Amino acid sequence: MAFINGLKCRECGREYPAEPLNVCEFCFGPLEVVYDYATISEVVSQDSISKGPLSIWRYKDLLPANGDDPVDIMAGFTPLIKARGLGKQLGLNNLYIKNDSVNPSFSFKDRVVSVAATKALEFGYTTIACASTGNLACSVAAHCARAGVRAIVFIPSDLERGKIVGAAIYNPILVSVEGSYDQVNRLCSELADDYPWAFVNINMRPYYAEGSKTLGYEVAEQLGWRLPDHVVVPSASGAMFTKIWKGFNELACLGLLDGVDGSSFGVDQNTVHHPAVTTRMHMQQAEGCSPIAYAWANNQSQVKAVQANSIAKSLAIGNPADGIYAIKVIEKSQGSAYAVPENEIVNGIKLLAETEGIFTETAGGVTISGLKNLADSGAIKPDDLTVVYITGNGLKTIEAVEEVVNPLSIKPSMRSFEEMFEGAK
Amino acid sequence: MGKQRVKFTFEETLVKQPVIYELGQKFKIVTNIRRAEVGEDVGWVILELEGDDPEIQKGLEWVSSTGVRVDPLGGDVIDG
Repeated sequence: MAFINGLKCRECGREYPAEPLNVCEFCFGPLEVVYDYATISEVVSQDSISKGPLSIWRYKDLLPANGDDPVDIMAGFTPLIKARGLGKQLGLNNLYIKNDSVNPSFSFKDRVVSVAATKALEFGYTTIACASTGNLACSVAAHCARAGVRAIVFIPSDLERGKIVGAAIYNPILVSVEGSYDQVNRLCSELADDYPWAFVNINMRPYYAEGSKTLGYEVAEQLGWRLPDHVVVPSASGAMFTKIWKGFNELACLGLLDGVDGSSFGVDQNTVHHPAVTTRMHMQQAEGCSPIAYAWANNQSQVKAVQANSIAKSLAIGNPADGIYAIKVIEKSQGSAYAVPENEIVNGIKLLAETEGIFTETAGGVTISGLKNLADSGAIKPDDLTVVYITGNGLKTIEAVEEVVNPLSIKPSMRSFEEMFEGAK
Repeated sequence: MGKQRVKFTFEETLVKQPVIYELGQKFKIVTNIRRAEVGEDVGWVILELEGDDPEIQKGLEWVSSTGVRVDPLGGDVIDG
């Protein structure tokens, strides 16, 4: 069972039962899950977690859906790798990569969708829907195939072929919408109001977003129940960024970190900051869509929506729902936000591939270039324990790096090979 | 009659314009403001619109034509 008490408005504090809702009926503020931490603290321990499955559901007591029978394609518990090659290149001796590109549908979205799909079935839905430019579409379609329920996936009509195939293979109802990004956005928002479907990032959003907390839990567990000094995270809506921070603080408050005494969650579970959590949260956005980084750099109290124009399409959310909350996390953690120049994104992809053998998508290129900036500027010191999150697989965005295909061409003879090989030395 | 929840974002040059008042005057739409914030260089209003669906669509197109950004409630719903 899920140890939750209901939902609560993040703005006005009004409470609601745990239902398929995402905004407060009074002030239209976003709703967040309210947990029964008193009960959770009685049942969860490092030992209970370590006996769980090698997926996000090992943290079932900390998730808002029933983890006894989840929709599970084995999302999560992805590798945390000591990055010796990349670390050497950047002058970082204690660098780790959380490689979430190896999830079943090749992105971190499997974490959030697994939670949302499980909750949707609990609520009795038989159709799960989303609007996506790639990773989310693949993950929703895959989880629906696993659960045996209908998937309806809306995509912009100009989406790259590779991403369409990656979702279509699971046989969802695939709806290609002709129109601008804003028009697709508005249509899907209206559909969510009118149709009895579980829209994972609309009416399921309070539950869906919580799946990203597992990115924080896993890193802590894989480091031996301790937290890093820095994390470097790509960001679009800001939700994943805020949930990693929330995950760290939940572990601390529940006494699940080594050498850390638990504490109360206080009056607002979503803004709790345990003093033992000293991890600095560094957000990376692509310059072509960087509303949160812009607001941070200009010390603005509001995040101004922008028209996205970036090659990092999985980060191209011009109007980020959690932007302002992400800025609060940066402030609390003494972290930073950075807009990575568009022409550095591909360099980041190549650097990771050439030093660590990991092929990431454009969002990962943003993250690695942002990490390089932090290292070069001295914001991360050589011996600081640093974790960089790689959230999607490079095979999703091969068009961004097609320039690397430049084979040495020969005739089918030894002589031709030797001439070429000597010349290439 | 239908309802739609939207967010209007006003650039600095538009903050003083009575766009919401005019929306209610020019179209058969009832506007109901739920939350708002005005900063130094930008302001936003979250509101509910009530009226016939075609009228709401026409009204939102007019709001967009004034330069005010119109978004669904709760940020972009298209995800990566």
